[in-house]
Amino acid sequence: MQKLLKPLFHLPLYLFAFISAGLNAAPFIPQSDSVVLEQLPFKASDPTTRELRQLRAELSTNPRNLDKATRLAQRYYELALADGDPRFIGYAQAALTPWWDLADAPVPVLVLRATLRQYSHNFSSALTDLNLATRLEPGNGTAWSLLAAIHMVQADYATARQDCDKLRDLASSLIVVACHAAVDSLNGDADKAYIALQKAYASTPAAPANEKLWVLTRLAEISDRLGKAAEADAYFQAALKLKISDAYLLAVYAEFLHDENRHNEVIALLKDKERSDVLLMRLALAEKALKTPRAAEHEEVIKVRFDAARLRGDKLHIQDEARFYLYFLANHPLPNPPPKGEGTNESLRKFYLNESLRLAQENWKDQHEPSDARMLMEAALAAKDKVAAQPALDWYKQSRIEDRHLLRLAKALQELKP
Amino acid sequence: MMRLLCTLLLLAITNSAHAHKPSDSYLTLKVEGEVVQGQWDIALRDLDFAIGLDGNGDGKITWGELRARHEAIAAYALPRLKIASEGQACPTRATENLVDNHSDGAYAVLRFVAECGKPLAAVALNYNLLFDVDPQHKGLLRLEYKGTTTTGIFSPDKAAQQFDLSEVTLLRQFLDYTREGVWHIWIGFDHILFLLALLLPAVLYRSKKHWEAVTSFRPALIDVLKIVTAFTLAHSITLSLATLGVLTLPTRLVESAIAASVVLSALNNIFPLFEGRRWIVAFTFGLIHGFGFASVLADLGLPQDALLLALVGFNLGVEGGQLAIVSVFLPLAYYLRGTRFYHRAVLFTGSLLIMLLASIWLVERVFDLKLLGF
Repeated sequence: MQKLLKPLFHLPLYLFAFISAGLNAAPFIPQSDSVVLEQLPFKASDPTTRELRQLRAELSTNPRNLDKATRLAQRYYELALADGDPRFIGYAQAALTPWWDLADAPVPVLVLRATLRQYSHNFSSALTDLNLATRLEPGNGTAWSLLAAIHMVQADYATARQDCDKLRDLASSLIVVACHAAVDSLNGDADKAYIALQKAYASTPAAPANEKLWVLTRLAEISDRLGKAAEADAYFQAALKLKISDAYLLAVYAEFLHDENRHNEVIALLKDKERSDVLLMRLALAEKALKTPRAAEHEEVIKVRFDAARLRGDKLHIQDEARFYLYFLANHPLPNPPPKGEGTNESLRKFYLNESLRLAQENWKDQHEPSDARMLMEAALAAKDKVAAQPALDWYKQSRIEDRHLLRLAKALQELKP
Repeated sequence: MMRLLCTLLLLAITNSAHAHKPSDSYLTLKVEGEVVQGQWDIALRDLDFAIGLDGNGDGKITWGELRARHEAIAAYALPRLKIASEGQACPTRATENLVDNHSDGAYAVLRFVAECGKPLAAVALNYNLLFDVDPQHKGLLRLEYKGTTTTGIFSPDKAAQQFDLSEVTLLRQFLDYTREGVWHIWIGFDHILFLLALLLPAVLYRSKKHWEAVTSFRPALIDVLKIVTAFTLAHSITLSLATLGVLTLPTRLVESAIAASVVLSALNNIFPLFEGRRWIVAFTFGLIHGFGFASVLADLGLPQDALLLALVGFNLGVEGGQLAIVSVFLPLAYYLRGTRFYHRAVLFTGSLLIMLLASIWLVERVFDLKLLGF
């Protein structure tokens, strides 16, 4: 019966999605010509704009120029990484149009196509492209590093290690050490990985800033998982000092601060980052914890953006959507600060808890990273459903990952009465 | 090396994918006879990328800059949406330019009409906006026809889509509302309990201040028919009056009165007040229940061009659901009518429980009244 009724329960949700996605909002005519409606990412005089415009113009006269096409795609991809705007992924794909549907595209296209596909969490077709690329060109370091990344997400650590080995003559020693350390830290050798990475980092003070950013972020994450909060904080701070805009760094640091109950610092860190869904979510969580006046407003914006994503048929926000259902819609007490009973309609709350769990499970199907496991465990714990958390618990055990958050959650789940 | 590094960053990036909302446009089409009224919300960022909006190049788009590009926007967008009916293209013409704010920024709102020359039975749409510059762009369609809404998503793989309007014909619409009616009576416990409380004594008759079992099926059936018909007639009247906007009552008042009616009808089984005239109770309070149905129907959204259809469909659904309940109840009650179980557990205790439950509803609903300051 419950199953039968489920679509009915979803119906109002979808209807609401339509309304709140802004379709029924009232269009208007602005007061005067000088009203600013939109802020573009770049000014016309920005060197990036000029460079991209130039490349696009050149490419439009000869769309099949492989070198120009891959260069343009690469530039757009880098922009997407800097601030996480998926429009750039689309622009990158457009540059590769002449080869996009070819199974045997040239190697540079294969690698870029895989890069864009993994960005959209389309891992299996990305792997197909990369396997072909490395067969045709075994010396393609980019392809190997991307393979390592995807295998790590899929918790295939043995293969990821082999991918790292292939990098030995193709990348700097810091990158090779970092690649192995990233795998080891998820696979029962966190202490060893931590020391090796620290050592490699200290011995290459002249490493490029991007490499430093990457290594410092890893060091911060590993030390946090190992329970060395002060060290983690120092690494995060050092990474921020590099002044490279990186949405991922901000997101993980915000999570760390949240765990440490330092909500004010989250707000200071993210107050201008509302455009990014991922960062807005972290900002809103901190505001909710402190009960600041803006919390409700931000919650509404997030809701509207998820609704819009659902209309579009996107499934890329799943981990965060699960988080949103759990901590906002179901109003589940945040782990920090300790719970204080707040009234929510009980059956609706239950619906949201189950929805959160369903999303976390769906996310787990594709991605097996510590944050995915954590989300699934938190959702299962809130829904008091130990069985649902089992795949993450199994992974936790098999991977032998050392992670204080997962340890705490796994214990709490074990203590759940069946 | 630079490139290698960028992909190595991926190790960290997978989780922050899609930090922003991707590019979507919102297309609403209303089919009205021979014309299609359209509203197309396109993100300013997308339009700027495709045709350039930032006249002075300062990275900000003002209303003045947008206004200067309105013709260019229509000339760019409208040819990228082909509307056709039975192989015949419907020419489009821009009518109005506005602005709207969506969750991810400002959108140009382009209103237009497409004239097809004859009433549309089906509409073929071919959407090609932005796909050449951003293959991840999607067009989110909302197609409205006779109060029914169909949705669709356009992507490069699904640029051409056909929508059969006969599918959203009156029959489907009618069935939709019928289903809603059935559903509502099934989940509307207050209506069911009211009816059941009135029907419980139908298989009995009053003799010397005691309930006795009827000796044949006929009087029970007649009693049930009288009650059900009276209830149906009454709530149909007020449902129609309220839906057509002739007469409306405050929801809280209606909801409280409905709760009171349940209390009263159950009380009547323990301290008979109306005896054989329960159909009058059914009629009187049926009038109130009709207002309750009307607010549900209003919440469902009423197609203005098919109001009567929705009303009749919904009402028939309610009757159908009701009939289903009665057809289960009557044979069972008739079978059990002579037992102590029926007299004690079903009639007495059952009525008592209904009364108790309805009293709680009553307090809740009246309490809300006070809270709201009516």
